[in-house]
Formats: sequence, C-alpha cells, structure tokens
Amino acid sequence: MNPITLAIALLCSVVVWGLIVRHLTAMPWEEAGGGSHLRDIQTVDLPAAKVAFYALLGVITSLFLLFFTAYNMRMNPSHGGDWHSVAEPGLLWLNTGLLILSSVAMQWARALAKRDNQQKLLLALIFGGLLTLAFLTGQMVAWGQMQASGQYSLSNPASAFFYLLTAVHGFHLIGGLVVWGLTLKKIKGGASAQSLQLTVELCSVYWHYLLVVWLMLFAILVST
Amino acid sequence: MVYTPIADSDDPHALHDPQSFISKYVWSQDHKVIAIQYALTALSVGLLALVLSGMMRLQLAFPESFTFINPSNYLQFVTMHGMIMVIYLLTALFLGGFGNYLIPLMCGTRDMVFPYLNMLSYWVYLLSVLILLASFFVPGGATGAGWTLYPPQAIMPGTPGADYGILLMLISLGVFIIAFTMGGLNYVTTVLQARCKGMSMMRMPLTVWGIFTATILGLLAFPALLVSAIMMTLDKTLGTSFFMPAVLSMGADAGYTGGSPILFQHLFWFFGHPEVYIVALPAFGMVSDVLSVHARKAIFGYRMMVWAIVAIGALSFVVWAHHMYVSGMNPYFGFFFATTTLIIAIPTAIKVYNWVLTLWRGNIRFTVPMLFAIGFIFTFTHGGLTGLFLGNVTVDLPLSDTYFVVGHFHMVMGVSPVLVLFAAIYHWFPKVTGRLLNTTMGKWHFWLTFLGTYSIYLPMHYLGFLGVPRRYFANGTSDFMPDSVQTINISITVAALIVAVVQLLFLFNLFWSLKHGEKAGSNPWEAASLEWQTPDTPPKHGNWGAELPVCHRWAYDYSVPGHATDFIPQNEPHNGEDSLEEMSAHPEEDH
Repeated sequence: MNPITLAIALLCSVVVWGLIVRHLTAMPWEEAGGGSHLRDIQTVDLPAAKVAFYALLGVITSLFLLFFTAYNMRMNPSHGGDWHSVAEPGLLWLNTGLLILSSVAMQWARALAKRDNQQKLLLALIFGGLLTLAFLTGQMVAWGQMQASGQYSLSNPASAFFYLLTAVHGFHLIGGLVVWGLTLKKIKGGASAQSLQLTVELCSVYWHYLLVVWLMLFAILVST
Repeated sequence: MVYTPIADSDDPHALHDPQSFISKYVWSQDHKVIAIQYALTALSVGLLALVLSGMMRLQLAFPESFTFINPSNYLQFVTMHGMIMVIYLLTALFLGGFGNYLIPLMCGTRDMVFPYLNMLSYWVYLLSVLILLASFFVPGGATGAGWTLYPPQAIMPGTPGADYGILLMLISLGVFIIAFTMGGLNYVTTVLQARCKGMSMMRMPLTVWGIFTATILGLLAFPALLVSAIMMTLDKTLGTSFFMPAVLSMGADAGYTGGSPILFQHLFWFFGHPEVYIVALPAFGMVSDVLSVHARKAIFGYRMMVWAIVAIGALSFVVWAHHMYVSGMNPYFGFFFATTTLIIAIPTAIKVYNWVLTLWRGNIRFTVPMLFAIGFIFTFTHGGLTGLFLGNVTVDLPLSDTYFVVGHFHMVMGVSPVLVLFAAIYHWFPKVTGRLLNTTMGKWHFWLTFLGTYSIYLPMHYLGFLGVPRRYFANGTSDFMPDSVQTINISITVAALIVAVVQLLFLFNLFWSLKHGEKAGSNPWEAASLEWQTPDTPPKHGNWGAELPVCHRWAYDYSVPGHATDFIPQNEPHNGEDSLEEMSAHPEEDH
C-alpha cells in the first residue's frame, strides 16, 4: 500500500465525477420554454465512437496505473526484498525514437485526412504503421539481447516486470495496428480520406497515448 | 468498433433487420435478444452454483455421510460457488441481462450504439463460462483456492486444482473482463449519447443510474483483477515471483524468491470491493423503481438518490483494504480504511431511508415484485448493519474468517441483490414476454425464500460469535464449539435445501407462465417510465415503431393531484397539472 494506490483511487473518483457533474447540475425544467418541459438531447458533444474510445482509454489507463503501482510496491523491500535492478539494453533508446516518429506520422495522417488528401494519407499511414512495426521488432530484439546475456532471470522481479510491462504495452500497439490495417483496407477499397477522418483521428490519439505510456514506462524502467 | 448511428435515429430501416432464424435468435444484434441470452446463461450457471452450495450444506450438517464429498471437493464447491455467484451470475445478469434490456428501452433508443460489439460481448461471455466449466473436467478438477484465489496456496500443490483448475479460472476471468469491457463501453456510451429527446440525465429512472454508475466502476475496477490474474498466471507457468514468496513445498524449495502475497490482496480487493457495488448499485436502482411503481408514489428524494449512487460509487474505490485487516498490512491503514468504510454508510443509509419514505403513506399494491422489493429493504439493512461490525478493525479481528462474515456478505450481497433480481424478473417479465408470472406461485416463492434466507443466515452470525471458522470441511470436536453448533448446522441445511427447492417452483413458474400466464397488455403495472410505453409488447426490433419517443417528464409522476389516472407516462406532454418533478427539485417552495 502506498500513496500511488491512493492516487489511483482518487483519480478514478475524479473521472467518475468529471463525467457526470455537468449533467447532475442541469435542471432542464427550469429553463424558460412556457412549460414545454422539452429540450434537445443533452449529450456530450462528441460522436459516440469518440466517447467509447475515451472510455476505453480510461480502462487502459487504469490497467497501466495498476501495473505501475504493482511495480512500485514490489520494489519496496517490505514486499519481498529480492529486487535486483537491471540495466536495460541501449537499443530501447532507438526504439523510443521510432515510436516518437510513428506518432508524428500518425499526426501527419490526421492532418491529411482533415484536408481530404487521400494519396498522402495512405503514405502517412503506411509510414506510421511501419515505424510501429519497427518499434515492436526493436523491442523483440531487445528481449533477445537480454535473454542472450543470461543476466535477466525471470526469478528476479525487476527483469520479470520488464518483460511483462513491455509485452503489455506491445499488445496494445498490436491492437492499434489491427485498426490501422482495417483502415488501410478501407482506403484500398476506395473510401475517401474525409470519411476516415474520425478513424484516423482516433488512431493518432491512440498512438500518442501509447507513446506517453511508453515514455512513462521507459522512465520507470531506466530509473529503477 | 464500427459506429452504426441507429440507436438515436428516427428511421427504423437503418436497423439491419434480422433476416433469418439464426440472425434473429443466435447471432442477434438486438439488445433484447442479447439480454435474454445473457440472462439465460447467467441463470443456468447460477443454478449450478446453487447446487454446489446445497452439497456444501449437506456435508456440514451430516459429516461423513456422503462419500462423494471429500475435503478437496468441498473446497472446490466453496470456490466455484462464490466465483460463479459473484461474477458469472450477478455481474452478468445485472449488467449484461438487465442493463442490455432496460438501458435502450428506458432511455428511448432503438438499440445500443454499437450492436455488433454488444453481440460480441455476449459470445465472449459465453466463452468465459465454458472455460470456467471446463475446469471441472481437467485433471485435478476445478480450483479450490477460495474465490479470493490468494497466493501462495492458490497455485501450490495441496490445494485442489493447483495445476490446471487455477489456470482455467484465471483465463476465464481474463476472457470475462474482455466481454465486460465490450458491453460496458456500450452501456456507458448509449446512456451518454443516445437518449431520446427530452431525456436529461436527471430524468433517467434510477435503474439506469445504477447500471450506468456500476458500469463505470466495472470499467475502472476489472483491470485490477486482470493485472492480478496475468501476474499470477506468470507465477504459475513461468516461475516468476510477483506474488509467490520463498516457500518450501513438500519439504523442497519451490523455486520462488520472495514475492508479495499482500500485493495480490491489494490488487484483488481494489477490484473486489468495487465489485460489491457493481452488483449492488444496479440493485439499488431497480428496487427504487419497483418500490415507486407499486407504491404509486414518486421515489422519495430523487436527486439525493442519484447523488447517493454516485457517492457510493466513488467511495467504493477507497475502502478496499477493510477486507485485509488481518493480512499483516500496516495497522495505521486500518484506521484510514475503517473511516472510509463508515463514511460510505452515510449515502447508503440515505438510500434506505428514502426507500422507506417512498413507502410511507403510499398506495401500496402488494404484488409479487413489491414483496421482493420490501424483502430487500429488510435483508439489506440487516446485512448493512453487520457490515458496521466488520468495518471496525478491533471488532473485525476476532470475527475474521468465521461464519459471521459468511452471514454478513450473504445477507448484503447475496440475498439482497438476488431478491431484487426476483423483484425485477416478476416486474419486467410481462414486458419481455407479454404475460404475467403466476401470482400464487410467486407469493409462495417469496415467503419461503424470504423466511428461508433468514433461517439460513441469522444463525450463522451466532456461529461466528462462537468462533466457528468458515471454509472448513468439518468442524470436528473442540473446546469452543458446543454441541449446539452441529444442531444449528443441521437446521441451516434443512432451511437451505427448502429454499433451493423453492427456486424450482420459480423456474417452473417462468416456463409455465410463458405459455399459460395471464396476458399482460403493454403496461400491467401502470408504470410511468418509457419501457412500458412501447407500441408493441414484447417490443419489436427497433423498439419504437416509426418514431422515437419524446420525454416530457421524469419517470415518477404517480398520484399527481388533479390528474385523471394515478400515473403519467414519461412521454405524455404537460397539460397544466402540477409537476412532481419540480416539487422534488425545490421542496422548499410552495406549490
């Protein structure tokens, strides 16, 4: 038990609070309207897919925060005392660069979708996806290097957490790549860039989000 | 996740109408069919869990009489009974069953916003149930670790199912969480985005509020279970030491280095406590609506009820370690968690008072759903009061792991939500099928169940005070247990078996009434909320015919002075009569 766990709890409460406080303070029947007691649908001003997407990000945030908390607690000598810090392969810095570039490419794609430029959109998406694949390959190479060196035994929680957390992050990127693949298929099938604007926008946000998760994760791994 | 903008569309043809039997009843994307699929699956697996509890009771009352129950089986029954009831029955039935059926109907939409995802959610849930059931048939059988699955014992030799059973359990939970997340994103988005014109959040029936808040809790809390399941799976399969401490097993070093079982407990209960409210909040909402309809009175303090649901939801994330007072965690945390636990009693008590005040001077109709709803107020209050005992560290320590705990949580989150489920089934069955359930059988079902549960769980509190430990296969002889313990155990078992058999009467009633029940018409209870105002009963695909409903008022306009009938449907325009909605919002003003 530590402050981070409490912070998660508080964060969750804030999320719940933020989601509904607007609606709770609404008193539609007080609005003028000659007793018509009618009003337009008072929904969050976003497409449904976006609302569900952000809710999903909330779920994933909860997942990663809990993993980070578990990491932090397990490091504490009162929860074990067998933690041996490990040196992460230098390759991770290169991988970080690749992931940043993929995020940039996705942002570029988002701008192109807005401008309805289908040709360049395809190019930007392909760039973004390939850079992501390169990142994932780089991560696997890093795993291989670690295993080859023989210093990263699974019985050391520090290296076990390294494998676990990079794998969980990688799986989330693969989930993103599935949507990426479906989007490419739609472009090949003749969908206009305009019609894909929302999908590409959500993809870009997802990529930025996973970049931030990676930067946090990387910082935690390197500093401990 | 493809967005199909049909949920809030006026054009029913935008709804990919089902073309064949298979697309109508099997691979259906209609929220009502998915709800029934969820409900039937959950009830079937719940029936299995009921049988398991019957076998446990037989063993406790008549030890050494049943050769097919040995200590290992017994622990497996305990574990599977608990896990099935909490996750695969209650969570699935409240959210997947009633959530699916009622959210679109009560919010005035044609379906969930992501129907395909909704269908997927059910089939993935079914997969998780099948994986769970498969664990009975693998070598070593199902896990017997207790529903809390605490390491190290959960994956150590000596615990039943420590090889394959526990793995299947963890995998099944992971799959269930995926199913729940798909459903949950749907429920939240539908409530936020697809409500019909006029349906503000503060006009939603409390049922929707309960389900909505519980879903948000689930979305944030289930990841904690997923994290612990993943890490425990790795401890088991790859030999990591996330949770597993350095232990000897059968005299030999088990190969683990120094993991933290307490870390698991924190993660598990960070999910486990909100889980109580994932089950309780929908029950709170549904019971509010049933009480209001059958008392012909507006729910007392609607806004306060909404706030209480939200406050309980938020607080439920900061009380988890009250399940861990005896775990050896820092004692100062006990002070913190006892305080938050007592604070959560405030909004909960507000709700109980408001239910009672809703009944006060109401024009009560003692229908079967009403009986179950009133029964819930009793069992919930009693279960809640014993929660105050266990929430305090010094009282909890001697009572931990005794039958007092078993009595407490069965009253508060076993019997109470189940009574609401029965109330809800009797209440909404006419909407689902067009026929009423038989009242005579229903009354027998209620009284035997209600009195039976008291004869089962009240004596357990006494056993707990004596110090009788829970989860034991047999009590043997000891100095602190008088002979009366065995007598009480026999009487509890007799009551439990009677209650179990009475549920067969309920099942019979379900099937019998499907064919022979009295025709219900569209609104047999004269209820005001939108689901009773559909053009067809049972509602057809798309729910609302040509045009979506328009909501003009809240769901609680009962016995409005000056109105011809004693209820006004939510979709009926105002006609100069007094508005209970306004009075409820501003009680201080003179209306």
